[in-house]
Amino acid sequence: MARAVSNQKKAFNTAIAWGVGLLIFFPIFWIVITSFKTEAEAIADPPSFLFFNWTLENYSVVQERSDYGRFLWNSVVLSVGSTILGLIIAVPAAWAMAFVPGKHTKDVLLWMLSTKMLPAVGVLFPIVLVARTLGIYDSYTLLITVLTLINLPIIIWMLYTYFKEIPGEILEAARMDGASLKSEILYILTPMAVPGIASTMLLNIILAWNEAFWTLNLTTIKAAPLTAFIASYSSPEGLFYAKLSAASTMAIAPILIMGWFSQKQLVRGLTFGAVK
Amino acid sequence: MATQHSRSAARLMVMPAIIALFLWMIVPLVMTLYFSFTDYRPLRLTFECCVGFENYSRFMGSTAFWSSVWTTLTMVGGILAITVVGGVALSLLLDRAMWGQGIVRILVIAPFFVMPTVSALVWKNMFMNPVNGLFAHLYKFFGAEPVDWLSQAPLGSIIFIVSWQWLPFATLILLTAIQSLDSEQLEASEMDGAPAHKRFWYIILPHLSRAITVVILIETIFLLSIFAEIFVTTGGSFGTRTLTYLIYQRVIESQNIGLGSAGGIFAVILANIIALFLMRIVGKSLDK
Repeated sequence: MARAVSNQKKAFNTAIAWGVGLLIFFPIFWIVITSFKTEAEAIADPPSFLFFNWTLENYSVVQERSDYGRFLWNSVVLSVGSTILGLIIAVPAAWAMAFVPGKHTKDVLLWMLSTKMLPAVGVLFPIVLVARTLGIYDSYTLLITVLTLINLPIIIWMLYTYFKEIPGEILEAARMDGASLKSEILYILTPMAVPGIASTMLLNIILAWNEAFWTLNLTTIKAAPLTAFIASYSSPEGLFYAKLSAASTMAIAPILIMGWFSQKQLVRGLTFGAVK
Repeated sequence: MATQHSRSAARLMVMPAIIALFLWMIVPLVMTLYFSFTDYRPLRLTFECCVGFENYSRFMGSTAFWSSVWTTLTMVGGILAITVVGGVALSLLLDRAMWGQGIVRILVIAPFFVMPTVSALVWKNMFMNPVNGLFAHLYKFFGAEPVDWLSQAPLGSIIFIVSWQWLPFATLILLTAIQSLDSEQLEASEMDGAPAHKRFWYIILPHLSRAITVVILIETIFLLSIFAEIFVTTGGSFGTRTLTYLIYQRVIESQNIGLGSAGGIFAVILANIIALFLMRIVGKSLDK
């Protein structure tokens, strides 16, 4: 039963919540607004919020000067590539553990989770060394492999919790009707698992897109994604607020939109099912 | 029930994941362990195997180590305090009846999706810059002297920036937990005349305790390896060098692999201690 709340109280809650929400969101709003200003207006005091000459100049300048599109493309390749590779490894594993659990399934799941907790800096040098020895430093191959491996435990866990919710009776019925393992997966499980796989994919693309330890340390130019491109603004020349804002807006916009769609799944994915 | 056939098929399906993660974990870790017992400085062309525990004693005996431990504890502790207390407050607020709840939720969650390098650089330049930053404009408007946040209060500034990114995470998880609270229990206590603060301390907070623990453990694991935010703001100077950053500097900047690897092993042990607690909680939720 929903509790009846007076309109006055509701208006009060609304005002406070919106105030806090807008305050927290303000920096993002400010990035987007500044990206449409000229450099002079971007540092003007007092700052203007909406009444300035809106311009798209920064976006074209960022592209011309630094070939922004290439970094954007690298971000897309790395995040989507590592997600697809991760799913190829994780879907069968999660399926098997959810539907044919053995004695050690729980231990295996926990062990997989524990690999996620290994501090990256502890294995940084060996990875760099191996990458240089194999000649794959600053390549898609290296980055996709590393991003896949660091997110694999999360993908497996998320899929596992989704697959667990598919009732096992359906599978048993199918088996009794003589369905083979292959048709069981193709015709019964896959359709039921698609929503779970889709949200796992979404969250993983977000995580890979924003990953900023390995992408900063294992790339120089060729495979460098947006995280590394934005970091290059830490020692800039001249006025750069508007350009930084334009570059940032393009870097966060797609992920922000995806994130808003996946906020429910985020809880499941990042707490490993411990909070529901 | 599972047949013998499907059992062995299942084992086959889990194998690629196990092998991949095993190699990913074991190979580099063994290498780091090995290097931690060597004197390896590629820039000086020194490589000497087996110097015993010399790297360990040198790494932990240095003043840089102890100050980095202190910085790490302050940073992680500060961020945890802000995000957990703020997260509880915000989730209570967002759980109330209001207009446009969905939109407020979206506004509050947004910072979590902002790329770490973007949020650090934007805060550093567009807000905290002593000349052109928005805070400086605000200070001047009130006739006060602008503050150079990242050099006068560098650690606090980084805590602030990272808290802005992680507050949404804590809020989202705590909100999910609050919404699973049985509202009848609250209503009953309200009808019995329990005041709001008692309802909070005796019903809501105990209900949230598990979610709070999970938030603390997961955040700790991520926060112990904060990197990008320090990398683009202070580069580890002005007392913002955490353990992670110190190891990074030893390995990558000064190329003292032996020393850095000893530090790396120390970080791995530290993370494992925290991970153990998290695993216990996650393991319990698996049994349900």
